[in-house]
Amino acid sequence: MKTSLIILFFCVTALMSSHAFSETAEEKGLAIAIEADLRDKGFFDYTADMEMILKNKHGKESKRSIRIKTLEVADDGDKSLSIFDTPRDVKGTAFLTFSHKIGDDDQWLYLPALKRVKRINSRNKSGSFMGSEFAYEDIASQEVEKYTYKHLREEQYQGQDCLVGESYPVDQKNSGYTKRITWTDKKEYRVLKMEYYDRKQSLLKTLITEDHQQYLNKYWRPGMMHMVNHQTGKSTTLLWKNYQFHTGLTDKDFNSTSLKRAR
Amino acid sequence: MGLEMDGDLSLQGRLFLQDGAFSGQEDASASMAANLDIYHDFTSDFSLTLAAFYRLDSSDSARSHGDLREANLLYLAENWQLSVGLGRVFWGATEFVHLVDIINQTDQVESLDGEEKLGQPMVHLVIPKEWGTMEGFLMPWFRERTFPGENGRFRSPLPVDTDHPVYESSSEEHHLDLALRYSTSLANSDIGLYYFNGTARDPVLLFSFNQAGEPLLSPYYEQIGQSGLDLQLVAGEWLFKGEALYRIGQSRSFAATTFGFEYTLPGLGDSLMDLGLIAEYVYDDRDNGWLPTIYDNDLMGGLRLSVNDMDDSTILLGVIKDLNYSSTIIGLEASRRLGDNIRLNLDASFFLDISPQDPAYSLARDDFFSLELIWYF
Repeated sequence: MKTSLIILFFCVTALMSSHAFSETAEEKGLAIAIEADLRDKGFFDYTADMEMILKNKHGKESKRSIRIKTLEVADDGDKSLSIFDTPRDVKGTAFLTFSHKIGDDDQWLYLPALKRVKRINSRNKSGSFMGSEFAYEDIASQEVEKYTYKHLREEQYQGQDCLVGESYPVDQKNSGYTKRITWTDKKEYRVLKMEYYDRKQSLLKTLITEDHQQYLNKYWRPGMMHMVNHQTGKSTTLLWKNYQFHTGLTDKDFNSTSLKRAR
Repeated sequence: MGLEMDGDLSLQGRLFLQDGAFSGQEDASASMAANLDIYHDFTSDFSLTLAAFYRLDSSDSARSHGDLREANLLYLAENWQLSVGLGRVFWGATEFVHLVDIINQTDQVESLDGEEKLGQPMVHLVIPKEWGTMEGFLMPWFRERTFPGENGRFRSPLPVDTDHPVYESSSEEHHLDLALRYSTSLANSDIGLYYFNGTARDPVLLFSFNQAGEPLLSPYYEQIGQSGLDLQLVAGEWLFKGEALYRIGQSRSFAATTFGFEYTLPGLGDSLMDLGLIAEYVYDDRDNGWLPTIYDNDLMGGLRLSVNDMDDSTILLGVIKDLNYSSTIIGLEASRRLGDNIRLNLDASFFLDISPQDPAYSLARDDFFSLELIWYF
C-alpha cells in the first residue's frame, strides 16, 4: 500500500513535470535559436579575411577577397564593414551595414573611383551578394528576431548529435525563402548544415560549414562555408582566415568617415 | 600595413557616327591611359596617398594630359582627421546630373558625364560626432577646367582658350576658397548641407580674340557663394534622392534642383538579375545667356540591369528629355569583367532632334560609341 502510494506520487509528479516542461516544437525551436545566440554573445568585435570562390556549373571559377570588420551592438544587430581587395576592378569598394533585430537593415556602398557613398536598399534581401550564391539575407547578421522557429527532431549528422529545426523569415514578402532547415550540433550550437527552400517551397540551396575553430575559448567560427544552388548547379565557397577578436573596434570605425577611408 | 602599389592601363577607341560640326574634328580616335596608385602608412594613424593619371590621345592634343588626382597626407586623431594635399571629394545623391558637387574641378576632356575630376589642393578637416560630421576645407589654389581642343569632339563652336583664363578675383588662381559641410545619417536618410565661398568651378565663356585676331572663347572664373543640400532617403523598396543649390555672384543669383527615385526589382524572372528603375528631374535657373546649361528643365529615365554573374555584368540605359526644347539624349553604358583583371566598357550616346536654341546643339553631331579595355595590375 505504502509502496503503491509512493509509486502513485511519482507518477503524478512525473505527469505534472512532463506537462510543465512539455514545450511546443515552436518553443523548443526558439529556445535553441536563443541558446545559439547567447553562446555567441559578448564577442565585442572581430576582424577576418574571407576568400569567396564562385563556381558555375561548367566548373569555371572566379575569386574575390574581402576583409570584414564586425562590431557587436548591445540590444540591436551588429555593425559590419566589408572591404573588397579583389577582383582588382572593384578594389576598395566597401559595404557598411547596420543590421537591426526588427525592420530593414541600413546599408551603404562606397565607390572608391568616384569617392562616393551611396545609400542602398536593404529590402532586396534575396539579391545576390556580389554575384555569389549567398544572398544578402544569408550573409547578414543572423538575429533571432528575424525568424520564427520550429524544432523537428534530433539526428546524427557527420557523427555529431544535431538538433534539426525549421526557421521561417519574419519578412516573408522580401525574403527569397519560405523556410530554412538547420542542423545545429547539440554540444556547441554551431550551424553545420542549412537547407534553403524557395518561394515555391522547393529546395533551392544547401549550405555546409566545416573546419570550425574556437576563439577565446568561447566563440566558434567556421573556416569553410560551402553553398550549392541545386537549381542552377552553381556554388560558392567562403574560406575564412585570420579571425581576430577583441581588436578594439568602436562605433567610430563604422561611420561614413571611416567608410570613405576604408582600405 | 606598409607600402601598397597598384594601378591600371587602359585602351580606348571612340567612333563618331557623323562628321563633326566644326572643321578638323576627329571621326575616330584611339587613346591610352594609365593610373598609378600608391598608399603608404607610416604608422596606424599617419598615411600617404598618391594617385597619378595620364592619357595619350591620338587626335585631340588637349585630351593628351596628366593629373595628380591625389597626393595627400592623412592624419587620424582620436576625434578628428586632417588631410593636406591634393584630394578628391564627392558630394551628391542623384544619378544623372551632379549639381552640388563643387570641391573638385571637372576634367571635361575625359568624359561627357563630368564624373572625372582634377585633384584639388586642400586642407581638409573632418570631425565626426554622434550628431553628424563637420568638415572644413581650405583651398589655396584653383584648378582650371579642361576643355576639348580644336580637333576634339564634344566641344563648343569656338575653341576655349585654356591658356589665358580670366579671373574676377585679383588673386586669380591663388584665391583662398573655403567650404564648410555638415552631414548626418538618420535611421532612413543621409543629409548633407554645405556652404562654399570661392572661385566658381564652371567658367563663363566670353567671346574674344587671340593675338592673331581669331575668335575664341575665354574662360572667365567668377567669385561665388553657394549653399547646397543633398539628400538620400530609403523607404522600403524606394530610394529617394535629391540635390539643391543656391548660388550668388554670377550676373544674378539662381537656384537649381534635381531629384528623383530608384526602385529595384530583385530576382528578375527567377534569375539573380536585378533591375533598377530610375526617374529624375532637373530644374536649373542659371541660364540667362550668361551661364548656359544643357540641364535647364529636363526629365531623365534610366534602367540599370545588374546581371549578378561572375563577371559583374551591368547595363545602364538612360534617356534625358529636355522639356523646353525638342532635344533628347540617349546614353548607354555596358560593362563586364574579362577574367580576373580586365574590364570591358562599352559606352554610347545619341543626340536626337537637338534644338538649335539648346546649349546641347554643339553636341548634335557627336553621336558616338566608345570601347574601353582596362587592365588592372
